[in-house]
Amino acid sequence: MPQNPQLNKNGELQHLLSIEGLSKDILRHILDTAESFTGVSEREVKKVPLLRGKTVCNIFFENSTRTRTTFEIAAKRLSADVVSLNVNSSSQSKGETILDTVDNLTAMHADMFVVRHSQSGAAHFIARHVAPHIHVINAGDGRHAHPTQGLLDVFTIRRYKPDMHNLRIAIVGDLLHSRVARSEIHALTTLGVPEVRVIAPKTLLPECVDRMGVQVYHDMREGLKGVDVVMMLRLQNERMSGALLSSAQEYFKCYGLTQEKLALAKPDAIVMHPGPMNRGVEIDSAVADGTQSVILPQVTYGIAVRMAVMSILAGNTE
Amino acid sequence: MKIHIKNGRLIDPKNNIDAIQDLFIAAGRVVAIGNPPADFHANQTLDASGQIVCPGLVDLSARLREPGFEYKATLESELRAAAAGGITSLACPPDTDPVLDEPGLVEMLKHRAKLLNLAHVYPLGALTRQLEGKNLTEMCELTEAGCVGFSHVTAPLIDTQVMRRAMQYASTFGFTVWLHPEDSYLARNGVAHDGEVAARLGLTGIPASAETIALATILALAQETGARVHLCRISSRDGLEMLRKARQQGLPVSCDIAANHLHLTEHDIGFFDPQCHLKPPLRSQRDRDALRQGLADGTINAICSDHTPVDDDAKLAPFAESEPGATGLELLLPLTLKWAQESGTPLVAALARITSEPAALLGIDAGHLGEGACADVCVFDAEEYWKVDRQSLLSQGKNTPFLGLELAGKVRATIVAGHLVHQA
Repeated sequence: MPQNPQLNKNGELQHLLSIEGLSKDILRHILDTAESFTGVSEREVKKVPLLRGKTVCNIFFENSTRTRTTFEIAAKRLSADVVSLNVNSSSQSKGETILDTVDNLTAMHADMFVVRHSQSGAAHFIARHVAPHIHVINAGDGRHAHPTQGLLDVFTIRRYKPDMHNLRIAIVGDLLHSRVARSEIHALTTLGVPEVRVIAPKTLLPECVDRMGVQVYHDMREGLKGVDVVMMLRLQNERMSGALLSSAQEYFKCYGLTQEKLALAKPDAIVMHPGPMNRGVEIDSAVADGTQSVILPQVTYGIAVRMAVMSILAGNTE
Repeated sequence: MKIHIKNGRLIDPKNNIDAIQDLFIAAGRVVAIGNPPADFHANQTLDASGQIVCPGLVDLSARLREPGFEYKATLESELRAAAAGGITSLACPPDTDPVLDEPGLVEMLKHRAKLLNLAHVYPLGALTRQLEGKNLTEMCELTEAGCVGFSHVTAPLIDTQVMRRAMQYASTFGFTVWLHPEDSYLARNGVAHDGEVAARLGLTGIPASAETIALATILALAQETGARVHLCRISSRDGLEMLRKARQQGLPVSCDIAANHLHLTEHDIGFFDPQCHLKPPLRSQRDRDALRQGLADGTINAICSDHTPVDDDAKLAPFAESEPGATGLELLLPLTLKWAQESGTPLVAALARITSEPAALLGIDAGHLGEGACADVCVFDAEEYWKVDRQSLLSQGKNTPFLGLELAGKVRATIVAGHLVHQA
């Protein structure tokens, strides 16, 4: 297998494309750096000069509001200049290839690309073809990876449950299509969480998912017993067609998180969701807005984690 | 033109010869083995000391991209690549543009290939018009024009009534039906084996059941219609098992495997390497090991290059958006030798899989070097390593998972019907 394309020849992070293949030390370094940035957002002047004079390009080949916004805020708090492009609405529809778009932005002297694309592997593809001084951050590629989301999730868990070596965590919902779940699984197993469970109907689980080091449950009540963390996944509406599921009602009945099901987890269990939520489909509003929910803190921490990733990448040059 | 190939190790699987023997060629034919015939004065003598002399290779599937896809490759570029790979006869599938479903197109292709005179080209006709899976083609006319069988390539043939009738019609005249067993529904949008790697990389999977379900359909119809069926590019252990049973029951089905699938698995995709985007997908190690066994025990009749030159731009995309396929003409021999060496298969048995066996499947007089045979010869050095790279490959397609690697097996000379078409 080729060398990990995320690392430079010194073994430092050159790009952030996937959590898979990153060492525990690198993950911890990102989380610890993020910890130091949490204070910045609470200051009166919410800025540090780490990326001053650098240009960060958010290239979104697939629509996103939330992720793009948090990346923009993170870059701005680091004093970078930020440009955001929704490519699917401009050049791509005119037949321009991904590389043409990237080359054009490189010619404008961008330093960092934050990319989202509907195809798995798109971020790897871009990273393989950019000029050596450019850093690529994967903001979601198809079903493959969403590493900053995975990192902000473990960051949130670490804040509430600092002893990662003693946790039982359940990930519930559409794992088949979820880049978030894949990144979460790699982050959790790398950081030494001893028990990661996945809970879903067979139609929403990839083949051989157990090889990723997780325990598979189809019965949500069984799977939630005694867990410290419940990580819910978003179920996209289009999954209701194409014979993956029967109906939103039945899905909610079997796999929706309600207070009653949550009571099976540990009393101090926390509830997470990467957003945007489908209330009443995968999660009941009472749970989403309840005392055990840490869904909004996840969003807040997301900015610190993205600041950490950008500042670390900018500091690593070949 | 009289050629004397001397001091080579002559391996002729069909005639079970593996010995140091000289070969004498005159007027496009093998005229003698061992001692020269009376009054033989060679115009050219090739010293094959330390080299192997075998029948020119026969490749069951090489996309030459003409007509229609000349930006990917041309007949000339690809036939030169074939010559460089020691291939002297090749079958080309009908998925060109326009599709090979009319006698005129087939005649044109045969004619153009004949003018180039670099290899014998045997077109496969389309089984249905436009490969749309609806109407039968004029199989008799196409055969007269030069087709050696009828294929549906990887185009979906969903309507089982059409498949049944195509088999009935083909078998009426004794024509062979070539089918790629893949269920269109289960393979929909799929780009990789539905296993560990696809799960990890978030790629849409194609389960092995896509192959076994299609095989079950094909085998049931083959049995019912009595059609002679050739199964192209078998990829799974379970599919192979079904074939083995069908053969034991006496069904006249044969099958081939692509050279890449003998060596690679889903894990070779690594970090989304588009060179490993192949059709059918690279499957698990368990599947690959079973395929190697199936080849050794004869369940799989032949290895083919499944040559599919793809232009650089079409591979320059995220994995699922990249065009599937790999260039292969120049790799067929080295990859076969690699398998023989790794599996401990004797050379004579290994070379049978790329000479006499595929020739028999095509029903052509090729792949052997008996006296009087057409002088299609490949002379190669089995020990010499060469680097697979953009410069060394003559094919216009530079797309192969083996790019940058060194492989043993260098073709020194290729002779087609008594003409030296390649020398290195």
